[in-house]
Amino acid sequence: MSDTSLEQKTTRNQWWDVWDQFRSHKGAMMGAFVFFIIVFAIIFGPMLWPYDATSIDIRSRNQGPSWAHPMGTDQLGRDTMARVMAGGRVSLAVGMTAMVIALILGTLVGVLAGYFRRLDGILMRLTDLFLALPLLPLLLVVIMLFRDKLSANFGPEGGIFILMVSAIGITSWMQTARIVRGDVLALKEREFVLAARSIGTPNRRMITRHVLPNVMSPIMVSATLGIATAIITESALSFLGLGFPPDFPTWGRLLRDGTDFLQQFPERAIWPGLMISLTVLGVNYMGDGLRDALDPRIRGR
Amino acid sequence: MKLRTALMGAAAMMTAASPLLADGHEGERGRDGELKIIYWQAPSIMNPYLSGGTKELEAASLVIEPLARYNQDGALVPWLVDEVPTVANGGVSEDLKTITWKLSEGLKWSDGSPVTSEDVKFSWEYCTAEGGGCAQAEKYLDVTSVDTPDARTVVVNFGVAKPFPYGPFVGAQAPIIQKAQFADCMGANAPTCTDANFNPIGTGPFTVTEFKPNDVITLAANENYRDASKPAFATVTFKGGGDAASAGRAVMETGEFDYAWNLQLAPEELDRMESAGKGKNVVSFGTSVERIMINFTDPSPELGDRRGTTDHPHPFLTDKSVRQAMSMAIDRALLVEIGYGNFGRLTCNVLPAPAAFASTANDSCLTQDIDGANALLDEAGWAKGGDGIRTKDGVKLSVLYQTSTNAVRQDFQALIKDWWNQIGIEVELRNIDASVFFGSDPGSDDTFQKFFADVEMYTNNFDGTDPEAYMAGWTCDQRPRPETQWQGNNMPRFCSDEYDALRAELSTTGDIEERARLAKAMNDMLMQEYVMLPLVHRGRNAAHANTLGGVVMNVWDSEIWNAADWYRIGN
Amino acid sequence: MLNYTLRRLILTIPTLLFISFIIFIIVKLSPSDPTGGLPLTIPPEVREQIREALGVNKPLMVQYFLWLKQFFWLEPRIYLEAAFGWDLGTAGETRLISYATRSPVMDLIWQRMPQTLWVVGTAYLVGVLIAVPIGVISAYKQYSIFDQTGTFISMIGFSVPPFFSGVLVIVIFSVLIPTDSFWWLPSIYDTTHEVTDWESFKYQFRQMIMPVMVLALQITAQISRFARASMLDNLNQDYVRTARAKGIRERKVVLVHVLRNSMIPVVTVIALGIPGIFGGAIITEQVFKVNGLGQLLIIAIQGGDVPTVQTLTFIFAILIVLFNLVADVLYGLLDPRIRYE
Repeated sequence: MSDTSLEQKTTRNQWWDVWDQFRSHKGAMMGAFVFFIIVFAIIFGPMLWPYDATSIDIRSRNQGPSWAHPMGTDQLGRDTMARVMAGGRVSLAVGMTAMVIALILGTLVGVLAGYFRRLDGILMRLTDLFLALPLLPLLLVVIMLFRDKLSANFGPEGGIFILMVSAIGITSWMQTARIVRGDVLALKEREFVLAARSIGTPNRRMITRHVLPNVMSPIMVSATLGIATAIITESALSFLGLGFPPDFPTWGRLLRDGTDFLQQFPERAIWPGLMISLTVLGVNYMGDGLRDALDPRIRGR
Repeated sequence: MKLRTALMGAAAMMTAASPLLADGHEGERGRDGELKIIYWQAPSIMNPYLSGGTKELEAASLVIEPLARYNQDGALVPWLVDEVPTVANGGVSEDLKTITWKLSEGLKWSDGSPVTSEDVKFSWEYCTAEGGGCAQAEKYLDVTSVDTPDARTVVVNFGVAKPFPYGPFVGAQAPIIQKAQFADCMGANAPTCTDANFNPIGTGPFTVTEFKPNDVITLAANENYRDASKPAFATVTFKGGGDAASAGRAVMETGEFDYAWNLQLAPEELDRMESAGKGKNVVSFGTSVERIMINFTDPSPELGDRRGTTDHPHPFLTDKSVRQAMSMAIDRALLVEIGYGNFGRLTCNVLPAPAAFASTANDSCLTQDIDGANALLDEAGWAKGGDGIRTKDGVKLSVLYQTSTNAVRQDFQALIKDWWNQIGIEVELRNIDASVFFGSDPGSDDTFQKFFADVEMYTNNFDGTDPEAYMAGWTCDQRPRPETQWQGNNMPRFCSDEYDALRAELSTTGDIEERARLAKAMNDMLMQEYVMLPLVHRGRNAAHANTLGGVVMNVWDSEIWNAADWYRIGN
Repeated sequence: MLNYTLRRLILTIPTLLFISFIIFIIVKLSPSDPTGGLPLTIPPEVREQIREALGVNKPLMVQYFLWLKQFFWLEPRIYLEAAFGWDLGTAGETRLISYATRSPVMDLIWQRMPQTLWVVGTAYLVGVLIAVPIGVISAYKQYSIFDQTGTFISMIGFSVPPFFSGVLVIVIFSVLIPTDSFWWLPSIYDTTHEVTDWESFKYQFRQMIMPVMVLALQITAQISRFARASMLDNLNQDYVRTARAKGIRERKVVLVHVLRNSMIPVVTVIALGIPGIFGGAIITEQVFKVNGLGQLLIIAIQGGDVPTVQTLTFIFAILIVLFNLVADVLYGLLDPRIRYE
């Protein structure tokens, strides 16, 4: 693989190198494959599948897997497969968006605090504050204050989506911020950074060219863990009545509802659980591959 | 004795009661070792006057007792007295303004000191003291004074005629506490007496050894209990916490515990647990009814401060045919089967028990009639639009349906939404955390009292067997509104002069048959106006180990009311 | 360094006061009500009297200052009195009282501390002790079978929430395995159990296995991921090549040079997690009925028990601020180039 890429190096954009490296990473390709299959299934699945996630068919309740219902049905006769697909839309959308929000916030705060000593004190105290806030009362207050306004502007589901995503996002960036800051503090004293500074590199360039690429690995790990956390937090919130309306399936909610029937109908908990795990694994391997691909020292090895 | 007889009659409707001490299991105190009880919600205090929660009442009922309590049939039985006073035996005065209790001979507190009428009087003083925030103040309503002519006699004087004088000192809500222990804990000092609140001295079969709030209580047999052969258990571990599923599992599948309380689980799940062979489910039916309340006022947010008040009648739920159609579309038998199984019964009344008070006039609701409901709406001029939703004069049949967060309720919501969709009503669902929904924070718009939704679902019941206070909840002055800080029990904001007149008559009627007639008439009015839609008559269920004998499930009082009679089978 | 630490310590006081105020506002604004859990048969007037007796209706600032006074002035004096037998005049003053139990909040917290530290603390220790070696080996042997298995298990462990994994292990070890078997484990944690001899220690060990297992899985998953990523970053650095070139033994290169340099993100995660031990593990505690601080907090939140929520969260905040300071100091020790002035 290295022969072709070396030949074309001069004529090619560096992103091609990144892609080549990524492609050669077997785990990353597997992860991407699984992840895109899941995304594909939850986007197009509900259009092709004959059952609707909320349609009740009381005569066929509590069924095990069959040709008509490959994943069985629940206590109201709703098709589990349709619910898993519909739930995936919500869970993935919430998980990805909340993760991105948390990541951007966390990286921003972490880099700024680590890089600019003047901002360090204030930003880290802000982080302490957010870490200390009790999540549940905070969410109750946020939902009380904003639910009606948001549903008036974006419709009940859109409003709740924005509320959930921002609530999870703004309450889970702190760990990333602390970790990134720690890394940046150490990085700042490295020779290459000192060298870059000595030739008068402006701060913005320093951060984007030298600091950020070097803190990619903790950020990537945070991203993978962040998706899982967001999906599960969403389920906890929905369970407490703080999330989506009760007839709105999500993976987290399906898993939680299924847990009650673990002994009788294990498949009800296993399918949504498997979906969450596969998504997280997929994203994790993609993250691994991406990190390797972005590291010029590994690339081309 | 009329009342007694009528209440005994109620027994016919109740579950067949297992006979007390059927096995004739007798012996010395403490012979059966340890009893392990699990409540998945943990008691936080042992003083029911400071917390009205069911879990606290029941935990405390092992230690402190009332003068009389209700048995499994809802009949009053003497507890710390020899006889329940009635007009017939002269214990209740003819004008219904005084009741005289006579304590049993030789009663002792667990510390060995005698129980006197002073202690009984003190219990009233303690609960009605200024600044104490007594949760059971309702039980002592209208009591003007308590006299103690001698050490065993207690005379309770009421300011008004009380057709039902069994509020004070009766039932798990109003037990007798020791004067010597609580004398310094009156009113605002109540919270400073942590020791007394956690370890009350009582007359019951057990005494507290260690109380860990919201976690676990360890108790030991009361050395001075009035029956020398009871209790059979030497110690009790009363564990709290977790969830209903794990509590059921601990009793019926792993056998780690002997008794589990309030198992609100899917019926098939309970059946499966029982089939593990280590324990069994028990149930008893009281007055709990799961119901849908219908809002007669307009909750739309545009109305600002006056939303949900009678200034703005509801745009379509004031139309009786809509409410009736909503009721007809519901398949109550299916709801019972899916949500409660053997622990629920069909009902068309909001007042389902005692039997003497239960009406049969509304039983047409028992069968679902979607076609009939559709026809009714067509007739009333509500025409289906292109999206299948009915409209009339630009008003769309679209409801917001709220309830508290609970797996069974969410299943009910999904089912009922489906049925209402079939008759052309659009439904949006919302579930709210129980602590917010049943709380009364005036700042929150999500409480069941503010009712800023079109319909809401929850369960209510009443204490004891007399429905007067319960039925009084739907009079005009009980409507929650801004002027009353949204307090009140009349969630639908229903208001009818005729209903208020019946309620006024009920409060002055002493004759039990007449009272039953009035209560039934009030129930029928609410049902035939479709002010609320009863869904399920709910039983109280629990599970106990197969090796635990003597359990008599009781919904009218503390369900572990007869723990003194419990014993280990096979010893 | 010492200077920096002292300055940070002094700065924590206004920070914590500010945090306590924000927490108080949020807890008070949140719409749960101390009478919300009572049966509906209790009439509204009585509920209002209960609220009045609890002091819920007092003005916000009055309640906040009362809390400040009780927490910072009264409670410390009570502990001093208890410890040294002095008389500081606390008799007759009302302590910080919980709405739900009508007993001092601090007593509740002390009562819950042991089981939380036993279960969550052990899980944390076990988690960290497993996670760091796994992370190191996974990184050193990147893409080996060991690494792949480790990644797979830790990712599954992280994405399966304790409400599922907890119930799963209970079904396996408490229900399916017969009670008299050696492998059977109790599903309900006995908080009154005291360790006095070998037998009782064995019981304590058995009852801790399942909750510790469930919690440690999550902790291991998280920390090993960060350790692996950080090690990978450092293994390719120039100084590693230099060290190897100098002929330093491989073991020393990895365990001394690389490990020390890759500890910064790991230390952050570990330090951030320690206050979490005292915060308890809400769901795991609930599943196994450990009834520790996490369960206390969730019950207090659901019951609108403002004094308990406020006090618990604030203690939690103190720990967070302190352990973040510890992490900052450790950065300086691990990497002397990081300087604090």
